[in-house]
Amino acid sequence: MSFDEGDNNRSEGKKSLYLLLTKPFAVIGQNVISWINSMGAAAVFLVLALLKTFHTKQLSKVIQQIYYIGARSITIIMLVSLFTGMVLGLQSYHALVQFGAEGSLGTLVSLSLIRELGPVLTAIMITARAGSAITAEIGVQRISEQIDALETMRIDPFRYLVTPRITASIISFPLLTTVFDLIGIIGGYISGVALMGLNAGVYSHSIQAYVDMEDLTNGFVKAIVFAVIVATVCCYQGYFVHMREDSKGAKAVGLATTSAVVISCVLILVSDYVVTSLLMV
Amino acid sequence: MNTALIEFQNITKRFGEQTVLDKVNLQIYEGEVTTIIGLSGSGKSVLLKHIIGLLKPDEGRILLRGKPINEMKKTELAEAISKISYMFQSNALFGSMTVYENIALPLLENTNMKKSEIHDRVMARIEQTELTEAAQKYPSELSGGMQKRAALARALITDPNVVLFDEPTTGQDPVRKNAILSMIAQYQKKFNFTAVMVSHEIPDVYFISNRILALYDKTIVFQGTPEELSGFDHPFNDEVIRSLEGLQKELTGLYSRRQFKVLHHSQLQSRKSDEGYSVVVFDLSDMNSIVSNIGYDRAQETIHSMGKYIDKHFGDIGGFSTRRKINEFVTVLPFSNLDEAESIVKEFIKDFQQGEISNMWNEEQKNVLTEKCIDFPIKAGIAEGKPVAGIDSVIKLAKSHQKEIGRLKCAVKE
Repeated sequence: MSFDEGDNNRSEGKKSLYLLLTKPFAVIGQNVISWINSMGAAAVFLVLALLKTFHTKQLSKVIQQIYYIGARSITIIMLVSLFTGMVLGLQSYHALVQFGAEGSLGTLVSLSLIRELGPVLTAIMITARAGSAITAEIGVQRISEQIDALETMRIDPFRYLVTPRITASIISFPLLTTVFDLIGIIGGYISGVALMGLNAGVYSHSIQAYVDMEDLTNGFVKAIVFAVIVATVCCYQGYFVHMREDSKGAKAVGLATTSAVVISCVLILVSDYVVTSLLMV
Repeated sequence: MNTALIEFQNITKRFGEQTVLDKVNLQIYEGEVTTIIGLSGSGKSVLLKHIIGLLKPDEGRILLRGKPINEMKKTELAEAISKISYMFQSNALFGSMTVYENIALPLLENTNMKKSEIHDRVMARIEQTELTEAAQKYPSELSGGMQKRAALARALITDPNVVLFDEPTTGQDPVRKNAILSMIAQYQKKFNFTAVMVSHEIPDVYFISNRILALYDKTIVFQGTPEELSGFDHPFNDEVIRSLEGLQKELTGLYSRRQFKVLHHSQLQSRKSDEGYSVVVFDLSDMNSIVSNIGYDRAQETIHSMGKYIDKHFGDIGGFSTRRKINEFVTVLPFSNLDEAESIVKEFIKDFQQGEISNMWNEEQKNVLTEKCIDFPIKAGIAEGKPVAGIDSVIKLAKSHQKEIGRLKCAVKE
């Protein structure tokens, strides 16, 4: 082996090692850039959809979507909130009773539900029930050229498909959160008062004394933020299903639906922390 | 020639690194049926989507009535595009809406018409497209042909000046293919719109097209009439036309025009110049009346049966036939002079009137015959030609001799 060949081999080796060490950063960087691009595109998507809210023919479509996203989700929301409240009441009672503070059960259950669990669990439940359906419906309309057909008929697909769903979500989420809070508090009452023997007046008074309007307002603010996130993510995933690089056709609709649910849930939890921090300042 | 209604100048379209259209130049004229033909995947639909703005070209420009669309104001372009309708290959009907709702959608969303006006207009289109019974059904509950009609009704509801048809006959059986083409031709005449159609149904589309545009190797290689296309000397003819014509015979069992001409040439070239041959031209008269009385599908069934009967009868004695128009058949009797041909046709008429005419209806159609019948005349004309003369002049002469040879009886559609 000559000296030149030896130098070349060493140089190649260094290059390989350099590529090996930098590759993970490159992959992470690419994914982060792609994610930021998607977030930017989704933000533009949201703004464009909101700009078309106040159109003369929107009302009936918004009411139809409120029925679908809101009214038809009530049963599942009531069921989940009842058991959430009951579990919360049961666990909290056993914890509080050790400190002789079981009288605070109503405060703990109601504040937990109104400030955190109500908005978050409601949003997650609607994502699972209505958000996935929104993505699948719009996705199928995209791959079967129905969205192209709307364009050829001079019907703005944003106005027709996206805007009513986002508007309906912004209206439905706070209302469903209210239902969740109320039924959850009743669930806590069933556990604490009916099953564990806590005084009913103590439970009610602890709620009345420590829950103020700010707690309710903050809960609604979160619900609206989650509504915007869930509706935008779900509509966006369905609307651009044809641009997915990992698959096409029906499979792409399936993957888009999964992505919509996963991204919505992650963003709900991330934004919950951010909004909570901002509201507590 | 007049200014083209739609003109492409050097249009190039790429998807990533793949060039689909390369410097495409074409003209589409007002009031005509223009058909873009080419093999599957050759970019026909891509080309069509440029007209309505679903796709934008990477290079070149598109002119509407001589004005480049990229120089038009937004409102002007929107106004121009609003006069164009598009019928998708997949129909693109909304599955969650009934046929009625699908057809009414453009009016509900784009106009301020009263609900009663919209209802009247939608019902008129539904009746015209024979969808009355399907009005409250969902697209998934309809047959392929009915879905096509629903898509056509939706495309026509706004009274467009131009209708773009993307493979309107895809997935249909031969009878329905021809029924859809016949329907397009009839509506084009009735509503006087400009039709631009993408198809590979050769030669069926020739019967309804004024102009043919041939898309081959990413560009338009031919623009002209169907007759001019037969004399077009280009690899397109060998690779595309002949391969697609091989699928012909589906409807009537008859030869394609090209095969007919080849047979005519080969059978007569060895004949002496003074030896005669005969041509018979059959015509199922007044197609519009037939369609309006029995519907598109059954009208095509009639043509199908008639073609098969002509082929069987004259094929047995050495003749060969083709279909020249939607309702016109030409038979060559290569070894018969005028007298012999007249006697053969008399025999045909006798058979035809004594029973074969009723066999033209399949069992299903016989079952729907009722006492309320309407007659459709069938005409035939005979002429003698010499091998040296072109067949077109003999066909023309035969047509001028046409007279009624029988009547097709059928039930009026309830």
